[in-house]
Amino acid sequence: MAKCLAAIAMAALLSLGAFAAADGAWLKSVPVRDHDRTNPYHGQPDAIAAGQRIFADRCSKCHGADAQGTKKRPPLRSSRVQQEASEGDLHWLLVNGNMKKGMPSWAKLPDQQIWQVITYVKTLHD
Amino acid sequence: MRGARYFRLLILLLPLGAAAGYAQERPYFVTYSHEMEEPGNLEIENFSVVGTPAAGSRFLGSTVEFEYGTKAWWTTEFYLDGQSTQNDSTIFTGFRLENRFRPLMREHWINPVFYVEFEDTSADKALREIVGHDGKADLLERNSDARGDKEREIELKVILGSNFRGWNISENIVSEKNLAGDPWEFGYAIAASRPLALAASAHECKFCREKFQAGIEMYGGLGDRYSFGTHLTSHYAGPTVNWTAPNGTTFSFSPQFGLNDYSVPVLYRFGISYEIDQFFSHFRRGGE
Repeated sequence: MAKCLAAIAMAALLSLGAFAAADGAWLKSVPVRDHDRTNPYHGQPDAIAAGQRIFADRCSKCHGADAQGTKKRPPLRSSRVQQEASEGDLHWLLVNGNMKKGMPSWAKLPDQQIWQVITYVKTLHD
Repeated sequence: MRGARYFRLLILLLPLGAAAGYAQERPYFVTYSHEMEEPGNLEIENFSVVGTPAAGSRFLGSTVEFEYGTKAWWTTEFYLDGQSTQNDSTIFTGFRLENRFRPLMREHWINPVFYVEFEDTSADKALREIVGHDGKADLLERNSDARGDKEREIELKVILGSNFRGWNISENIVSEKNLAGDPWEFGYAIAASRPLALAASAHECKFCREKFQAGIEMYGGLGDRYSFGTHLTSHYAGPTVNWTAPNGTTFSFSPQFGLNDYSVPVLYRFGISYEIDQFFSHFRRGGE
């Protein structure tokens, strides 16, 4: 029994790992084909509204309800997201994640919802 | 009485899950997909199965699971198992600790995940995996007798998953070893599912199609090291569906049918899960 408790305690300690801060190095990894992909929902009001709902459910806890970022997660109103990254770049990031930096893959979402949330995020420029 | 405590704990934990978060899991009960828990999130799940083996008593097997995203590529999960058998007793049957690791950091056509689990159970009827020659005969023993048969086991799985045009297709290759010296046992699980609508609607909705996922699941045993194959093994298949409520709680259901005489004729599986976003941030000052 003591061995079992020790094993559980060890696993719990391992689960308390810290997360690394995100950076923009991922942009250099995006293949040209993905960079050039176009958003089928670009600018559509319904897609913006739907994307806002997805953002609130999936993204806001890490990136902030206003997308200004949190202590450990980057803002999405930054020039990197709003100007440097194309919509295709953001789609590539959401599908693949940046797992070493703590960003999970969102490939579990249908492609349509990924484009909808990108449509919303691209309206957040200050 | 330990069983009664277990179910009281379960009832206490479910409202805790309703405090915050959003979960939309695949509607699978046995099969794992390659999708990991988001880092920092804690998902609390309860999965139950009801069945009546021929010439046996109806049983309810149940697990409470705590699934934590340690890293984007590493998920840790802790289970508490219990069961109740008609005309017998309600008992706590043990615990499991598992870790899943995703070796490839990007999404591919087929995505592998490695799964390692240690379990310490006895008289388990949760049926979270079927391996070796598991069958209906294992469910006929009285709880008082079955509790003496301790199962300390290591389970290894290779999980393969693909997402394509809204569909998720997942395959699990399962191997399990009782540390008491029994031979390696093998099993499989496959499943496919899809949301009923791929695009989200512009307005909040309760019962719109995007909130539902439907699919099929099949799993069974493949014998052991000395008798590999489908002879004297049980197999199940059935449709499966889930619905995610606006507050993020996901409810799952699946009737699963035994495919041969070695299986329980029908298993009814139910699940409820809820995700607490950034779990440890709730304990920090300011909530960040």
